[in-house]
Order: sequence, then C-alpha cells, then structure tokens
Amino acid sequence: MLLDEDDIRRALTRIAHEIIERDKGAAGLVLVGIANRGDHLARRLAEEIERIEGSAVPVGVLDITFYRDDIGLRAEAPEVHETRIDIGITHRTVVLVDDVLYTGRTIRAAMDALTDFGRPARIRLAVLVDRGHRELPIRADFVGKNVPTRRSDDVRVLVRELDGRDAVVVQEAGSLSANGDALEQRSGSATGDALEQRSGSATGEELR
Amino acid sequence: MNRHVLSMHDLTADDVIRVLDTAESFREVGSRVIKKVPALRGRTVVNFFLENSTRTRISFELAAKRLSADVINFAAGGSSVSKGESLKDTALTLQAMGADAIVIRHSSSGSPLQLTGWVDGHVLNAGDGTHEHPTQALLDLYTMREKLGRLEGLRVAIVGDVLHSRVARSLCFGLVKMGADVTLIGPPTLIPPDAPAWGVQVDYDIDGVIPKLDVCYMLRVQRERQRLEYFPSVREYNRLFGLTATRAGALPEGSLIMHPGPMNRGVEIDSDVADLPQAVIEEQVTNGIAVRMSLLYLLLGGGGGAEASAEREEVLRA
Repeated sequence: MLLDEDDIRRALTRIAHEIIERDKGAAGLVLVGIANRGDHLARRLAEEIERIEGSAVPVGVLDITFYRDDIGLRAEAPEVHETRIDIGITHRTVVLVDDVLYTGRTIRAAMDALTDFGRPARIRLAVLVDRGHRELPIRADFVGKNVPTRRSDDVRVLVRELDGRDAVVVQEAGSLSANGDALEQRSGSATGDALEQRSGSATGEELR
Repeated sequence: MNRHVLSMHDLTADDVIRVLDTAESFREVGSRVIKKVPALRGRTVVNFFLENSTRTRISFELAAKRLSADVINFAAGGSSVSKGESLKDTALTLQAMGADAIVIRHSSSGSPLQLTGWVDGHVLNAGDGTHEHPTQALLDLYTMREKLGRLEGLRVAIVGDVLHSRVARSLCFGLVKMGADVTLIGPPTLIPPDAPAWGVQVDYDIDGVIPKLDVCYMLRVQRERQRLEYFPSVREYNRLFGLTATRAGALPEGSLIMHPGPMNRGVEIDSDVADLPQAVIEEQVTNGIAVRMSLLYLLLGGGGGAEASAEREEVLRA
C-alpha cells in the first residue's frame, strides 16, 4: 500500500490549503472531478475548502470518454460515465481533479471537454498521485504524492464511495500474472492509457 | 454488440440497456452550450434514404453531426437512383467512398440485410418496408423508461395498423425482450395473423384495455401502404380505435400517450389529445437524437484493435 486512509486525508487537506493559497481564497473557484474516481476526490476537496474558508465551492463531474484520442483503436466503444457541470465555468478558475496522473492523455481530453462548457479564466490540475511517464507536455499544480513507477505497474486509487475504503495501492504486473489473476481491460478514465491492463476488484494487498 | 442493427432481434436485452444508458449521457451533451463532442471525428456516416422521411433522417443527421462524424445525405430524388442505378451499384459506390456506417431507409423489407452483403461498414436500418424500424423502438423504450422508471412489467397497448407498421413490429420485439406486457389492438384485418407468436396479446376492444394501461401507443393509419378495404371508413376507424378525449380520460393517472409521428390528427388520435401533457410525442423526437447518437457511438466507437480485425477477417472468410 502506498497511501492509507489517513495519508489520503492529510494529502487532500494540504491540497485544499494550497488551492486557496494560490488564488488567495475560494472566490470564483470551481472543482471539476474526472469520472469516476476524481469526482469523489473533488467533493472531498470542496468540503475541506468550505471548512477552511467558510464558503461553499461548486463541484462538477466530467466524463472524458467522448474526447479520448483512442476511440476506434479499441475493439469496444469505451463505457460512458455521467457528466454534470451545473454552473457556468466562464471567467472562473477551474481546478481539474483526478486520482492518478500518468500519460497526461486524460487531462488533455478533459481540457478539450471543459472548453465546450465555457472559457475558464484558468485551468489548474490537482491529482492525488503523480506516477510519471508523461506522453504529453502536462504537469499538475497540486500533487498528493509523487510516486516513481514502472510503466508495467498498476497504480490504483480506491475510494470508500466506490471501493469501500480509501487507499492507494501499487500492483506490479508480474505479481498479477503470478497469481493467475485474470487481467481485465478497463475503459475507466483513471489513467487514459489505451493499453493499460487493470485487474478486477482484487486489491493490491491481497495479491501481494 | 452486433455489427449491424437491422432488427430488434440483433440486440440482446443487455445491449438495449447499454444503448439506453449511453443515450442518457448524450442527453446531457444535448443540454450543453456546445452540443457536439469529437467522439467520431474522421468517421463517415451515409444517410441513404430511398423513401420519404423528415424526422428520422434529420434525427440521424443531427446525431452523426453532434458526434463530429462527416455526414453525407443521399436521397432517391436528385441522385443516380432516379437514373435507374440499382441498389447494389449505389451501395458499391458508397462503399468505394469509404462509408463507415450506412443508415438506410427503403420501401422494400429486407433491403438493409441485402446491403450488408455488399458493404464493409455498419448498416443501420432506419425503416424497411413493413419489416422493422429498430431505432424508433429504442427511442420509444428510452422515453418509457425515462418517464415511468422501468420497462419490465409495463402494460403497453399498441393500437392501430399493426399489419403495415414496422414501428409496431420493432417496438413489440423490444418490449417483449425487456419484459413488458404488450397488447395489440386494431381492426382484425390490420392485426398480423402470426401476432400471438410474438409473445403479445391481441384485443379488438380498446375501451376494455385502456383503464389498465401504463402506455397507450397509437400507430399512424398508413394510407400510403394500404388499400382502403382494410376498414370501411376513416370516421368509423376513429370511432372504434381512435384515441378520443373520452378514451384519453379513461387512461390511468400517470400513463403515457405516445405516437411515432407523423400524426393524422382526427384519425388515430384526436387533436386535443395529442396536445395533452401526458402525450410525450415531442419528447420522443428529442430522445431520438440521443438514442441514435448512442447507437452510432457504440457501433463506430469500437471496431479497432487486434480483436476487431480478427473478427472482421473471420467474417470475410465465412
């Protein structure tokens, strides 16, 4: 395990402070989480900011499937999640929130998607884990933890809303096949890497 | 999912749910300032309409455009079809131009199936003769699920000229697949003799059925497809099977009135009834765009990768 529940809570608290420090407050701020882990993290960041600043921050959720650069390269059309951005983003500061920053392709797609909703004053990026291996010139403004990984590793963020608990786990590709765990190709937006193989519901700990 | 969508039989119940769920996301896209996503950039969709149509053609065109596909509209008038070019030659021309999907409407049942033998792209049936009209059925299922929250166990009556209606056939197959309870109502001459084999009930008395319905689905009297002898007069048809204000009043609270359009006001549905709040006929049209986007996306959004090309080779060898 890379981060446990307390580590994640502390990281999000720090990021919340950094976000409001950067813009000297929460005015004009919108958090947009990328489905389907980033939206839960965005909601927690918003709660944290509200606790610190005393003002509510609007939260949206963005699914980037229709903006992917690998549609048509896959055998099956990727699964689509919900998008809901209820407030105008024009002239506001949008903080994109995602769980893992990897190739940068998801963020590229997310920025394209955002511009269809309006013209933000600026877009910033907050991620819980930066695992390196960028394929596009993209960097995060706020990072929970930088983690050196191999491309073959599988970094997963678990959130209690979906997975029953909070954790960040790393699985090495070798340990997966050694366990005979069936590899499942996921269309999830977590990393945006077209060919990344992800395991099913088993957690990293159980496998190691 | 099946490569082509020619009939509701090409889709499993899971496929139908996938199409409807994905359509939900496209409804959201339709509510944005910019109602367009780049999902099918670089793909070409041909609308090949050899029979008159307003809403289906426009709906497919808008659906493909909102997915950023290139759209070619191709109608019988004003094309080489009016010079006597055969369906096959026209299809081969479209094929040579690299169409990724062909949406076909034709007055002959089975022509979309024929087309699949001549082209590599996906074929979507937008209505063929008296056979099927699967995208209409999907948008109707979407509308019912959206308004009533479920499909399973819904009590639906399909009223009118079932014999000539591709809409009725597709909708019946779809509803039965999703576990709804379907009753066909109409003059005996306009109910297909094999209807009981579809898993539906048949009734000839609309007034007995109406108080027990969740959805009353009125079919258009297709004057262009029938000789007049099927029923004595339009007036009599309206009296026996039309959805009059009195009948609409006998529908249970919360039930829906649906119609695939275009309506013959005063024939199968009274003008006042068509404008009631429980008549969701315009919502059906709006939902049609999202459902067609969903279908185009699910068919054209995949199709790459090793698995897909292996599958394609297998098809070609067969």
